[in-house]
Amino acid sequence: MPARSDGEWRLALPVAAFFALFFVAPLGVLFVVSLFAEPTMQTLALRQYARFLGDRLHLGILADTLVLGVKATLVCLLLGYPLAWVIARARPRVQSLLVFAVILPLLTSVVVRTFAWIVILGRQGILNKTLLAVGLVDEPVRLLFTELGVVIVLAQVQLPLMVLPLLTTFGRIDPNLADASAALGAGQWRTFARIIAPLSLPGVAAGCVLVYAACVTAFVTQTLIGGARLIYVPLFMYQQATGANDWPFAAAIAIVFMFAVLFVVVLINTVGRSRRALVHG
Amino acid sequence: MAERRRLDLDALSFRFVVGALSAAAVVVLVAPTVIVLLTSLTASASLRFPPDGLSFRWYRALAGAGQLQRAAGNSLYVAVVATAASAILGTLGALGIARSRSRWSRALDALFMSPLVLPALAFGFAALMAFSLAGIRLSWLTLAVGHVVVCTPIVVRTTVAALAQLDPALLESSASLGATRRYTFRRVTLPLIGRGIAAGAFLAFMASFDNVPVSLFLSDARTEVLPIHLWQIIETNLDVRAAAASGVLIVFTLLVMLLAERLAGLSRQLR
Repeated sequence: MPARSDGEWRLALPVAAFFALFFVAPLGVLFVVSLFAEPTMQTLALRQYARFLGDRLHLGILADTLVLGVKATLVCLLLGYPLAWVIARARPRVQSLLVFAVILPLLTSVVVRTFAWIVILGRQGILNKTLLAVGLVDEPVRLLFTELGVVIVLAQVQLPLMVLPLLTTFGRIDPNLADASAALGAGQWRTFARIIAPLSLPGVAAGCVLVYAACVTAFVTQTLIGGARLIYVPLFMYQQATGANDWPFAAAIAIVFMFAVLFVVVLINTVGRSRRALVHG
Repeated sequence: MAERRRLDLDALSFRFVVGALSAAAVVVLVAPTVIVLLTSLTASASLRFPPDGLSFRWYRALAGAGQLQRAAGNSLYVAVVATAASAILGTLGALGIARSRSRWSRALDALFMSPLVLPALAFGFAALMAFSLAGIRLSWLTLAVGHVVVCTPIVVRTTVAALAQLDPALLESSASLGATRRYTFRRVTLPLIGRGIAAGAFLAFMASFDNVPVSLFLSDARTEVLPIHLWQIIETNLDVRAAAASGVLIVFTLLVMLLAERLAGLSRQLR
């Protein structure tokens, strides 16, 4: 019987070789370059890491980026979770229409989507015009080039990445569970808090990981909406790599950034998994 | 009676909150696309919404934008090459890891998926240094290789999902009827997972066409790609041609998506 799948793993070998050569090896180069003390790459030292981690300003950029990702991910969750829930329970026709509305922005260029928000958020933008017309504000609110603006746009741009895994998860939850909960006298909120929310945690974790990873490295959105005053790690790294031509420093930034993002991703996954054990165990 | 009213309030408030938030989500998802399309039709020289008068003048202006067209051509070329390579590599990778539960195949799975989670900008920079230290000059080929690394995981993911739905009994009956493994693959496996591969390829194409973090480091003046050129236009002088180009891209995306839906049932493959 197992003879059928015997040797199938060999099919993955060329792919593994490709990844070793063009993905793992460059990351190795990245690490090695980060160990050089100066841009001319003469002596080995941990100087670049000390330079990045020992500087208040640099640490501030790293913290801002990681926090930006958390904020945008939370907004995504707040909007994406109910939407996925509605889509999962909608009638087939409505369902495919809504899925279309989710996938179209996912496939539309990020530059295009970010550009749309410049039209919306600008001083003469739609949002400000509406706010002024309604009388909610007396003068245009500054949204472009602010952190709030970046969070709003990131949340919109990455929203599909949150909705799709949640949709998969909701599809797997047995509808009888909610009915049983209702039959036993629990209200909607209680059923949601005790049954649906815990069961959907794996999907929440999957969505949050995708959205978070995409938000912190979203170069286009961060630079176009954040402007030159708000600097996040991707732009800072890019400036050091190409503008200042300081490869070792840029490499050290990239390494620290990767591990910081990886740490948050593992954290999200751990939370998702521990709760799952709680539910099933 | 009081109990009844409490329950209704509970159900009503739940419906209201869920309904309001998801309505907001739909508006937020759809509005930017509509706004860009309308803005691009403006007759005036400035970006304004609602537009002052409708015209196609900015779309006509695209005809004279040589650099923009060259960038679009480069993007299309690299995306086609990267998609073809990712589709083959991704399918092989998925076939290799999907039906095995060994530690090795799980490690490979993690390896193939990691470009999706690691900051792509870091990888782009790493690839630039690796090519440069190895003495390889940047060209459209190095750019395509970079894109293949970030696009292959997408194909692996959809193909693994398609393989998981494949009933192993089909393969066994094909084998017991005397079919060779190659024949079984061609006549049974491939037709059944074809839509998964196609959906992955469509997504990979769009991901390559829109890639910025890798292209930022691996493309140069000769291989400038569309998203980076657009990004520069928007950052420097924000002219209305950017809106027209965006309009073209939206229509292009819509067409590709409808095609993908027809051929691969894209929306079903994504869930």
